Amino acid sequence: MARLTLREAITEALREEMQRDENVFIMGEEVGAWGGTYAVTKGFLEEFGERRVRDTPISEMVIAGAAVGAAMAGTRPVAEFMTINFAFVAFDAIVNHAAKVSYMFNGQFDCPVVFRAPGGGGKQLGATHSHTPDVIFAHFPGLKVVCPATPYDAKGLLKAAIRDNGPVLFIEPVPLYTSPKVRGDVPDEDYIVPIGEADIKRVGKDVTIITYGEGLHVSLDAAETLAKEGVQAEVVDLRTLQPLDMSLALASFKKTFKAVVVEFGHQTYGIGAEVVAQLQEQAFDYLDAPIKRVAQYDVPAPYSGELEKSALPDAKKVVTAVKEIL
Amino acid sequence: MDKTTLLEWYRQMVLIRRFEERSDELYQLEGKIKGFLHLYIGQEAVAVGTIAARDPERDHLITAYRDHGHALAVGLEAGAVMAELMGKATGVVGGRGGSMHLASKEKKFWGGYGIVGAHLTLGTGMALAEQYKGSGGVCLCYFGDGATNIGYFHESLNMAGVWGLPIVFICENNKYGMGTAVDRASANPNLADKAKAYNIPAKKIDGMNIVEVYKATQKAIDACRKGKGPQFLEMVTYRYEGHSIGDRTRYRPAGELDKWRDEKDPIATLQKVLLEEYEASEAELVAIDDVVMKEIDDAVTFANESPLPAPETLFDHIYPA
Ligand SMILES: Cc1ncc(C[n+]2csc(CCOP(=O)(O)OP(=O)(O)O)c2C)c(N)n1
Ligand SMILES: [Mg+2]
Repeated sequence: MARLTLREAITEALREEMQRDENVFIMGEEVGAWGGTYAVTKGFLEEFGERRVRDTPISEMVIAGAAVGAAMAGTRPVAEFMTINFAFVAFDAIVNHAAKVSYMFNGQFDCPVVFRAPGGGGKQLGATHSHTPDVIFAHFPGLKVVCPATPYDAKGLLKAAIRDNGPVLFIEPVPLYTSPKVRGDVPDEDYIVPIGEADIKRVGKDVTIITYGEGLHVSLDAAETLAKEGVQAEVVDLRTLQPLDMSLALASFKKTFKAVVVEFGHQTYGIGAEVVAQLQEQAFDYLDAPIKRVAQYDVPAPYSGELEKSALPDAKKVVTAVKEIL
Repeated sequence: MDKTTLLEWYRQMVLIRRFEERSDELYQLEGKIKGFLHLYIGQEAVAVGTIAARDPERDHLITAYRDHGHALAVGLEAGAVMAELMGKATGVVGGRGGSMHLASKEKKFWGGYGIVGAHLTLGTGMALAEQYKGSGGVCLCYFGDGATNIGYFHESLNMAGVWGLPIVFICENNKYGMGTAVDRASANPNLADKAKAYNIPAKKIDGMNIVEVYKATQKAIDACRKGKGPQFLEMVTYRYEGHSIGDRTRYRPAGELDKWRDEKDPIATLQKVLLEEYEASEAELVAIDDVVMKEIDDAVTFANESPLPAPETLFDHIYPA
């Protein structure tokens, strides 16, 4: 057992999968000589060589497309977008090809590609570099979308993603990478966390907070505050956005009768909208109060620090939302 | 070239350099600038020389995120640019954009953009609008060597070529896109050749020599105005600092930076011309340096004293009024 940061857990998963399977290789901008923009693949070039750690030109369209092709043709590429913001340039390869080739060709083709994409805002990088667009990718059947919030989940889910025979978008919340608070235990032995399974991260009886990624930590903070006031929140971490596992959220809701959904993407048409729709469809009789959403306001990210922060979810906003429905 | 013009170019280049040095300090020592900060030190002759060749009444400018030099060269106030870097309400875009997204409609400076290569398509559109309206304007579109490898670049050059659009593609080849040297990222490291593939006249220019930069740009703009379609200039230059703050440039061969700085520096090059060929005096140049230092000090004071954007302005301008 080791206590790792989220980033260290991701690095370990990548390294172990590359050691385990000679068909796994990495491609992306600055992944080799630079060691990864966020230093996730530091030392990989030295360890695995240029054949398996491939620096690419600034060419997202072909990074994604070539990874899809190489995956179809029998390798297991892990293609890195420097950040998820640049995945927009590669959108077609992701949603029209990665997500479709298995179905469209009647199951003849596997497409074991992983797209790694650091994401999230709050770093004063301006409107085009601060997206949390997870939901957009989760809209398309055929593409699995995963977003871990703890080192344990990150390592297990990334291993599962690399071993999956279909395409997986693996979203890494940058603000969690090296956060001491997020540091956690990771077993030494090989394990996976299955894609498509949610997890209870805190047990409670009074209200259900459903979240993932950065939202998990904001929600856990809020739960601490609420606990001091005698309110026990149960926190459900979705972990995978597509396919979405609602079983734990539903079970929890049937116990607490109240729910708040927390996400860092924009509110309108967000993850929250889907979760709320499923809760009311499948547990209408348990509804005690409106289900609240805490999300990024519907505004592009401004550069100026305080202004940007004001648009993002925080523990205070979650506490307020919970109190409104108690 | 007359001496007054050269002295003005000297002033602008020194202004950019001192501005960048001060920004670096404000970021690293004082923590007043956050996010990305891409410095323009070493490349000053490109922005100043090309912008000097444009017609400010008609010609458009669009560039990438390494945009402080262009913003100052089109004449934006150093104080308003510095305030933007600090995210203040008095910044050129009210603190909303930051370092990467400076812009001014009045100056026909359509902004700095953060997605590599994307703005080449917008610049192509600006040239299209000029051609459509028949108003005679030309678009100066700047981008890095790394941007020549993304689809946006190729689609833009091709369409501009097919339609004969009045756009000057200005490639600021500073040898690296982040840590990746040109020959590791471009199958043909001779970037001007890429334009030739689209039948666009292309020239490779010493981007450290402002007089050459100016003359080449003037010719290119002139050709555009005469309806000869897009032009391409590869400006060979060098970025002295890291890609952004925090990049320690370990990918550079030892001595490379020193060689460029000692032998090719654009400010020193112009200084030499002024002293040796135009009989400028040391005192004349020092006087300019002093005026610039004062301007920078005032800019920093202005930015420091400026207010942050009011919280209630968060939702302004999501849609045009
Ligand atoms: C589509 C896209 N991919 C990746 C990035 C990250 N990125 C920002 S600048 C840069 C290097 C660009 O190099 P170059 O075009 O040579 O311009 P320079 O920074 O040297 O001025 C990269 C990879 C980005 N902003 N946009
Ligand atoms: Mg470059």
